[in-house]
Amino acid sequence: MTDLLKIDRVCKSFGGVVANDAVSLSVPEGAIIGLIGPNGSGKTTLFNSIVGYHPIDSGSIRFRGEELSALRTAEIARLGLLRTFQQTRIFGKMNCVQNMQISVPHVGDSFMTMWRRFPPEVTERAESLLKFVGLYAKRQLRAEDLSFGQQKLLEFAMALMNEPKALLLDEPTAGINPTLINGLIDRLKRAHAEFGITLFVIEHNMRVIMNLAEYIYCLAHGELLANGTPEQIQNDQRVIEAYLGGH
Amino acid sequence: MNSSTRMVLSAALFIAALFVPQVPALQPYLTQIAFLWVMILFALTWDVLGGQMGYNSFGNILYFGLGMYATAVIQRDLYFTVEEYANVAGGEQAALTTAEYLFGLGLGMGTGALLAVIVAALLGSGILGLRGHYFAICTLGLGIAAGELASGWDYIGAGSGLVTPLLPDALGERGPFFYYVFLILAVIAFLVLRRLYAGQFGLAINAIRDDEDKAEALGLHTTRYKTVAWCVSAFFLALTGGAFGNLVIFIDPTDVAFAGPTFGVWMVLMAILGGKGTLWGPVIGATVFHVTQELFWTYLFGWQRVALGLLIVVVVVFFPLGIVGWMRERWPKRFGEVVDAEARKAQISLEGES
Ligand SMILES: Nc1ncnc2c1ncn2[C@@H]1O[C@H](COP(=O)(O)OP(=O)(O)OP(=O)(O)O)[C@@H](O)[C@H]1O
Ligand SMILES: [Mg+2]
Repeated sequence: MTDLLKIDRVCKSFGGVVANDAVSLSVPEGAIIGLIGPNGSGKTTLFNSIVGYHPIDSGSIRFRGEELSALRTAEIARLGLLRTFQQTRIFGKMNCVQNMQISVPHVGDSFMTMWRRFPPEVTERAESLLKFVGLYAKRQLRAEDLSFGQQKLLEFAMALMNEPKALLLDEPTAGINPTLINGLIDRLKRAHAEFGITLFVIEHNMRVIMNLAEYIYCLAHGELLANGTPEQIQNDQRVIEAYLGGH
Repeated sequence: MNSSTRMVLSAALFIAALFVPQVPALQPYLTQIAFLWVMILFALTWDVLGGQMGYNSFGNILYFGLGMYATAVIQRDLYFTVEEYANVAGGEQAALTTAEYLFGLGLGMGTGALLAVIVAALLGSGILGLRGHYFAICTLGLGIAAGELASGWDYIGAGSGLVTPLLPDALGERGPFFYYVFLILAVIAFLVLRRLYAGQFGLAINAIRDDEDKAEALGLHTTRYKTVAWCVSAFFLALTGGAFGNLVIFIDPTDVAFAGPTFGVWMVLMAILGGKGTLWGPVIGATVFHVTQELFWTYLFGWQRVALGLLIVVVVVFFPLGIVGWMRERWPKRFGEVVDAEARKAQISLEGES
């Protein structure tokens, strides 16, 4: 498998806090890769660096061979590398269908497409993806009226609407009703299998990530602590200590 | 209200508006009523950024004044030299034929609008990168700076202002003529905005309002949308300004053209009063504001500004969402919002196939 995303010795500090210290990892095309680590270990910071949310101090980030560190967030998204937010971000005053419509891919947008109305195909696709995440009955509600968990599902559907090649998910199951988690894992796997989206997933829920990912990286204190298959990670003494030791 | 009743109502309003100048009882007030359309244009154009996009601009008056000066200067320079014009303007004023007048007015307004769009594009790509209060404060400087510049530039009359050519007799009274000019402008602006809000442009600027970082993260060309939004409002404001100068005949740089403390502030108030970020809100807000202001002026003379100030406080405290926002909360169904309790309560499930 070729590497879709290749991160090479990326460093990022905030004042005195070293959030990412020479992190290197790669996400092969068509894979589901996990990223775990204790709170504050630098997972979200790494996602932010990848999508150009903030400039990195040093290192290189390549997507399909193209260097990303000089590009802006929107340009990176249009290349087909999309992220969702840990805090969940949706367009609160717009209804669910509108949230989906505006999430269409913007890669071909010209000055003329700004003025267009959304063709029926777009609305149909929006509605079928809302069905896919179980939100169809709520499609006319404003996004701000949804619960946190429902907003999380909406954000996932919006990401699918954008037809990315790779999707970075920051804790997709956090705040989701436990009875829905199995269903969500199923949806993530189907997004991967049916839409062919490469997934790179931050997750605290060990059961979820062990079930989902084929390969896992573990961060601690901004550094790469371990990497391996779910079995290797589960039995890695350093990983167990990082989680249980709480330092 | 469903869309066909709304269509019928709007059409009825428009036809009634067409006949207003024919009503003898309203004749003496035609200039004030023409002013109502100007106010609606102010509120509609302000709301593009302030309401729909969430960028509070206090500098839109810049485009109004720009259009006004550009139009007047072109009207003058087409047929006169500056000295000639200064002489006739002092006396019986410049007499133009109907064709000359209309050509000058049209060319002037068109050029003013084009100029305003260019300025908005240049300014926009710079200061629309600022967020929230920084943007608002930065725009506040624009109108003030423009007023200062205009007051010091002799070519456009500097502090003593500029007089526009008189409307030729063949075109009738100024009141009815400009009543129709502003009515048509307001209707066109309304229809254009309604069309823009219904498509990708509308959702994109709403998305920028709700969460600009998220809009960027989805790959939207946010800078492009923001700049174009400002250009659209600059375009209509400049056209309004161009005709407005000809309605009032005398252009004062700070009291008429770049009148930030009055027109510039009213734009904001009217949109908030009616309901920011809605299509009809600015129209309703401008109407209520203008009528109330005229009434205050007539019946509370001396206290009219105090009354206006109190009105604003009452609106902001009791109707923070504006008139349309308040009605929408009260009768959501009539505004096409879903209050279906079923939808709200619906349990979501992710079992099996979907
Ligand atoms: N914008 C910022 N400014 C300053 N410090 C920051 C910023 N973002 C992150 N940090 C710091 O960087 C470190 C890593 O934070 P990060 O959010 O990446 O952790 P995380 O692994 O995502 O944690 P969690 O599991 O709690 O989400 C923390 O010490 C955090 O305080
Ligand atoms: Mg995080």
